[in-house]
Amino acid sequence: MTTITLNGVEQVFDEDPTMPLLWAIRDIAGLTGTKYGCGAGLCGACTVHVEGKAVRACQTSLRSVEGKAVTTIEGLDPEGNHPVQVAWRDLNVPQCGFCQPGQIMQAAAFLGETPKPTDAEILAAMSGNVCRCGCYQRIVEAVRHASTGI
Amino acid sequence: MLNYLEPLLETGIATVRLTKVTRRSFLGTAGAFALAAYAMPARAFDAYATGGLGMEHGLVEDPLIFVSIDPDGTVTLVAHRSEMGTGSRTSIPMVMADEMEADWTRVKIIQAPGDEPKYGNQDTDGSRSMRHHIQMARKIGGAVRTMLARAGAEEWGVDPAQVIVEMHEVKGPSGQSLGFGDLAAAAMAQPVPAHEEVAYKTEDQFRYIGKGEVQITDLHDITTGSAVYGADVILPGMKYAVIARPPVVGGKALSYDATEALKVPGVESVHELPYASMPTQFAPLGGIAVVARNTWAATQGRDQLKIEWDAGPNGGYSSEPYMAEMIATSEHPGTVARDQGDVEAALAGAVKTFTATYTQDHVAHIPMEPPAAIASYTAEGLEIWAPVQSPYTTRKDAAKAVGLDPEMVRVNVTLLGGGFGRKSKADYVAEAALLSKKVGAPVRVQWTREDDVKHSFYHTTSAERIDVALDESGAVTGWRHRSVAPSILSTFAPDEGNVLPLELAMGMTDLPFDLPNIRCEHGKALAHTRIGWFRSVSNIPHAWAIGSCVGELAHELGKDQRQMWLELIGAPRSLDLKAAGLPEDFWNYGEPIAEFPIETGRLADVLNIAADGIGYGKELPEGEGIGLAVHRSFVSYVACAARVKVADGRITVPEMHMAIDCGFAANPERIQSQMQGAAVMGMTVALHSGITFEGGAVMQSNYYDYDVVRSDNFPTVVTHIVPHPFSVHATGVGEPGVPPVSPAIANGLFAATGDRRRHLPMGVEA
Ligand code: FES
Ligand code: FES
Repeated sequence: MTTITLNGVEQVFDEDPTMPLLWAIRDIAGLTGTKYGCGAGLCGACTVHVEGKAVRACQTSLRSVEGKAVTTIEGLDPEGNHPVQVAWRDLNVPQCGFCQPGQIMQAAAFLGETPKPTDAEILAAMSGNVCRCGCYQRIVEAVRHASTGI
Repeated sequence: MLNYLEPLLETGIATVRLTKVTRRSFLGTAGAFALAAYAMPARAFDAYATGGLGMEHGLVEDPLIFVSIDPDGTVTLVAHRSEMGTGSRTSIPMVMADEMEADWTRVKIIQAPGDEPKYGNQDTDGSRSMRHHIQMARKIGGAVRTMLARAGAEEWGVDPAQVIVEMHEVKGPSGQSLGFGDLAAAAMAQPVPAHEEVAYKTEDQFRYIGKGEVQITDLHDITTGSAVYGADVILPGMKYAVIARPPVVGGKALSYDATEALKVPGVESVHELPYASMPTQFAPLGGIAVVARNTWAATQGRDQLKIEWDAGPNGGYSSEPYMAEMIATSEHPGTVARDQGDVEAALAGAVKTFTATYTQDHVAHIPMEPPAAIASYTAEGLEIWAPVQSPYTTRKDAAKAVGLDPEMVRVNVTLLGGGFGRKSKADYVAEAALLSKKVGAPVRVQWTREDDVKHSFYHTTSAERIDVALDESGAVTGWRHRSVAPSILSTFAPDEGNVLPLELAMGMTDLPFDLPNIRCEHGKALAHTRIGWFRSVSNIPHAWAIGSCVGELAHELGKDQRQMWLELIGAPRSLDLKAAGLPEDFWNYGEPIAEFPIETGRLADVLNIAADGIGYGKELPEGEGIGLAVHRSFVSYVACAARVKVADGRITVPEMHMAIDCGFAANPERIQSQMQGAAVMGMTVALHSGITFEGGAVMQSNYYDYDVVRSDNFPTVVTHIVPHPFSVHATGVGEPGVPPVSPAIANGLFAATGDRRRHLPMGVEA
């Protein structure tokens, strides 16, 4: 049994504590904004926040987040208007959109720690998040744009 | 909202430019001139023929199928094409809304299920969505606007010509006004007017079309995580399945032991699925499926399966010897697909010849969303939720898999987390259907990334040999191109090792060079895996070979790349099929050649725009070089100018200019995003994408050995869009950006370091 605070609500999971947080979020809690892209920590599609820090949910066991606060894209902002989300919309970032929850969660945590990043810092912080559609240019522009609003 | 036309980068460069063509004088012949069409006044809508009618189930232009208006004024538009990132789910309804004068903020879009007899062709590939549906969407919108006007006229007893429809409002001559909702029932009960009865907008009246200011309809949902993709539908009682598929196509399990798998908590059952043999079409590969209470248990269970595989007839497929064989085949005459002049005489009589062979490994699409599907098989029939490019084909295939009439099957189309051709082939849907029938509950089949990399329908591998004849002045007098590649046809019919004419027509036999002697041949290559189409298909190896060869010739002859390209392309003209040695019914992406000719002037124009944009010819620091390439595909023209820089032993591309002429630009903002995406995918093809086989099985498995361009190495792209009036037909956008990128990078790398690469992928190391 694992208890976590998921998007502000305490939730108990009966499943195998070695289950990756990704599948607990998607299959058990039924929150599908967090995506599966590789299952190996290589693409960032599954990025969520644990205690405010960006982690790859596919590489994080349920057990390891016992008692911690987990935030998914659905819980990033009550209205969906976190400055990063707004920047993403202002700049029409997505193509297919599948990678974008992970990109947004990565960018939000990064800007939380580094509110005024340099370009090099942005590129490095985002390089673990794959976008197969190739939206990188707009992603980087949107992170810059959001950094002026955070 | 920031205007996408504003400079967005700190470097201050606008990332999209509408670049008017001023034709530079061509080799001293003609002076600069503007296209006559640009001077024409704005006009309404002259219908023209496209290949849309020739597609299966053609086009449906009945507004009552696509448009409904609620009493509260909400306009609901049906999107019948799949959304995989190109924007078609937004752009086609946007055209309807504009022509009907609907206020976009009051438009709701719903997705059509797979039903082509009702909606017309839904096969979302071939860069056809806007090309085939922009007229249909205008006709539908125009018809509804006319119906609203007529309903208003009846209401007020006035002449319909006196009624104005504007921004969700219908206005009479003496100040009367009703909303769309007020007139909804009366308007939709009007007879649908014929095309000739509709007063279409003139282009200067467009509100949304051609502006690029409408945001994609799913933008809010995507950024908040509520957008629904293939694996995001949750049904009561749903089971989760993963499948161990035969590592080799045509293989099967000789035996398997599921004892340990069934002990994994959460695993409920294990099922063997029927195997496929070549030609597989879109049938599942078969294998051992583990059905569980959640995805994690299913994958854990699969890890515990003990399976003894029989490789079957393709167990001998290995990429290295196969490539050597293809290269050997390219050294001998093949089947002639185009013969213009006498290339053999030109080569025999040449003062000098140039020969090079360009090769490519297989490519897997790896859309960000790996294949996934949900099926619910009940006594009432089969219902599917899945990310599919071709929902009606999927419906038929799923019906066949479970032995149902397609009438008993419904395919609901979710958003696609990328498609690139992979999701035209819905083997994953048939898997879910089979399993749901077996377990008597809804089943979600999830492919892992490893499954996706190892069991794709791969882009062909190829060897392309080009022999060029040169005379004493250094002029090119003959061009012989031999292509050897396993064919897509092998996935559908018994394989004889021959490619389809349409595969060759993708950038090889349609070579638009102004040369006296051209011959295109193809040699046999038998397929040993499932060959499928990947974004821009055979244009990739053909453009790779031709574009690299042009770069090499420029160097051989001491010319700059632009000059070499322009000499080969020759004077502005439409390619004369007969003179080129091509049949009258030459495949032109399914489009009538009279409406969509092969125009060399447009090819040269985009090349010049990209070259000028990047400043081709300027001084560059040591270790940097610019490469150029241009290619026509999907009836559009795209040039790529790439500045390649070798830094710390790595190949980087800091700057790329993509110039596209896709006729009338219906949604410039999405055209720009497609050019940015094509630049990244083209660069991934150039540097990374190599699927290789050993013993019939794929050697790569996930991003660590099949990587992609990432945010630390993406090219900053400046997109140039050639502006055209509506009368210059809208053409493809999704695919044509990809082909010129890899040869441009190879030519840029050569310019930077003198290192000539002739194999894709080139690798990241300089
Ligand atoms: S799914 Fe977790 S990093 Fe790719
Ligand atoms: S938008 Fe499609 S993968 Fe990023």
